[in-house]
Amino acid sequence: MASSRPRGGSFSRNISSAATAQIPGVKLGPNGTSFLSSGIPDLDQILGGGFTLGSLVMVMEDPEAPHHMLLLRNFMSQGLIHKQPLLYASPERDPRGFLGTLPSPMASKEEKSNERPSEQDANLRIAWQYKKYFGEQNSEVQRGGKAEYCNDFDLRKPLERHFYSGQRVDCISLRDSPNLVPLLERCSTFSAQISKSDGNITCAGRIAIQSLCSPQCDFFDKDWEMLSFIRSLKGMVRSSGAVAVISFPPSLVSPAFLKRWQHLADTLISVKAIPDEDKELAKLLTGYQDMLGLLSVHKVARINTQVPAILEATTFSMKLRKRRSLVLECLNQAPVDGSSGSSYGTSGTCSGSSKTGNLDF
Amino acid sequence: MDNSRANLLEEAVGISKGGRVVVVEDCVETSGTFVLYHFLKRSLHPDSSDVVIFIAFSHPFSHYERILRKMGCNLTVHRKNHRFVFLDMLTLECPDRNGKETRQDGLLALYGEIEKAVEIYSSLEGSRTITIMIDDISLIEVAANGSSNHVLDFLHYCYTLKAKYGCSFVTLNHEDIYSSANMLPLILQPEYFADVIIKAEPLATGLASDVHGQLTVLNKGSVCDLGGSSSKVRNFHFRVKENIVDYFYPGTQT
Repeated sequence: MASSRPRGGSFSRNISSAATAQIPGVKLGPNGTSFLSSGIPDLDQILGGGFTLGSLVMVMEDPEAPHHMLLLRNFMSQGLIHKQPLLYASPERDPRGFLGTLPSPMASKEEKSNERPSEQDANLRIAWQYKKYFGEQNSEVQRGGKAEYCNDFDLRKPLERHFYSGQRVDCISLRDSPNLVPLLERCSTFSAQISKSDGNITCAGRIAIQSLCSPQCDFFDKDWEMLSFIRSLKGMVRSSGAVAVISFPPSLVSPAFLKRWQHLADTLISVKAIPDEDKELAKLLTGYQDMLGLLSVHKVARINTQVPAILEATTFSMKLRKRRSLVLECLNQAPVDGSSGSSYGTSGTCSGSSKTGNLDF
Repeated sequence: MDNSRANLLEEAVGISKGGRVVVVEDCVETSGTFVLYHFLKRSLHPDSSDVVIFIAFSHPFSHYERILRKMGCNLTVHRKNHRFVFLDMLTLECPDRNGKETRQDGLLALYGEIEKAVEIYSSLEGSRTITIMIDDISLIEVAANGSSNHVLDFLHYCYTLKAKYGCSFVTLNHEDIYSSANMLPLILQPEYFADVIIKAEPLATGLASDVHGQLTVLNKGSVCDLGGSSSKVRNFHFRVKENIVDYFYPGTQT
């Protein structure tokens, strides 16, 4: 109704943001930005709503475990469910085959609520884990209202075929060419399709690039070429309504270039597997047995604002609830008996920037 | 109270005069762009008639416009009034498919654009300082496909504008990129030319919601001082808000 009328007052709502409200799977955020869901409800909540539209998300892989694939899968699935165009690039020979492994959304909401601990349990919670439960309650409310924005995915159930057969899903193998020019061209045609017309985003797109600098690709040693590719991609994504997620193994990038990559990222996430039999860590953290790995958020996209995002905690544990859906939880430190006097140093190794938020007692 | 706090950075940087080079350095954990916005806002203050030429490699105009608008400075209006020149270099590419010439050509063209703008504005009547801002230098290097010599050449060309027209410079660079590699010139040379070096770092204890990091300001002082080093180092914490940045000495925040 009001979307086409130009307004003069400085306090009026931005017109373009009013228009984006109608796009499925896009949520309005502060400062005239909008969010796309990452496909993981907890990650959305941590990031303050999801991945910012027009941002470049970089995921630092763990060299030994494919945890980044979990993030990519959920991110891609969520887009397909919202019928958003998708571009997927991977160093595999047959990237389209990967679509068959995408998870399917949870069947019903009843099922989800059954998984929750019953009310009686809720009353008997122990105080030192209180932060965890505050978060849970909030997310419950949010999920109830915005169920269609972010689904819970069942990692054991593959996505139905019709989601990715008929739509605008583009796959490209990074092995096909000795340089990044074809990939860049695909990305630019992709973002041209979904680009904003006169400032209004008509539809949101997702670009997922898996293991950009992996040795299977011929260009893995062309540092500057990859950097300028990332920079160009960032420029494209910013001017169109898309989110690009790039995962890369940081150990294959030289330290100086790694910093450059990190500076280019709007949102920077790292995933890390945890060793099976780390007794010291097991003693320190509760629920160690259920943990898949650790996820750290190093940087959150700050578009249209100068205020840095200071998170309550930067390191979270990745767990599978009922072996189905991926959840992220704050690290909870097991109560330490005074005599043992174990230091906090061991949990500090989980991430370079472990924060006081996890550790204060 | 807010005024006295905001002055902590102003105080450390000193009184604004033409022909000064300010280098802002930051790292992944703590962004130093807010210092850039501070200088941008100060240069575009309604009382002065200074002109800013902004060379943006990292964000589109809308990003800066929104941030500065919250700080009470309307870039669109300043652009119309010919006080703000925005050069969008977000998609600048200096590809090297045809050899090294093209890389330089991209930067040369950019320099030509800057010089042209400086010439136009300095020929207008009234005493005005032209400030050239670059956000950020490491991305020029990426655009030039890693030929840091061309970037250095470009910067040197820009610095000649200082002698010729009395331009000021505010540049942003990322310090941590250069900490480990042998690509030091790109951080050391601008530092050598700088009159003021501002470093934004995270706290050693990590980030907190009420202290977003610390600034170290090295003011090299005026050149004409006789003997001795007149450089001053100040160190204080900051907290970035939407419309203002709080600066305070460690432990003095109320």
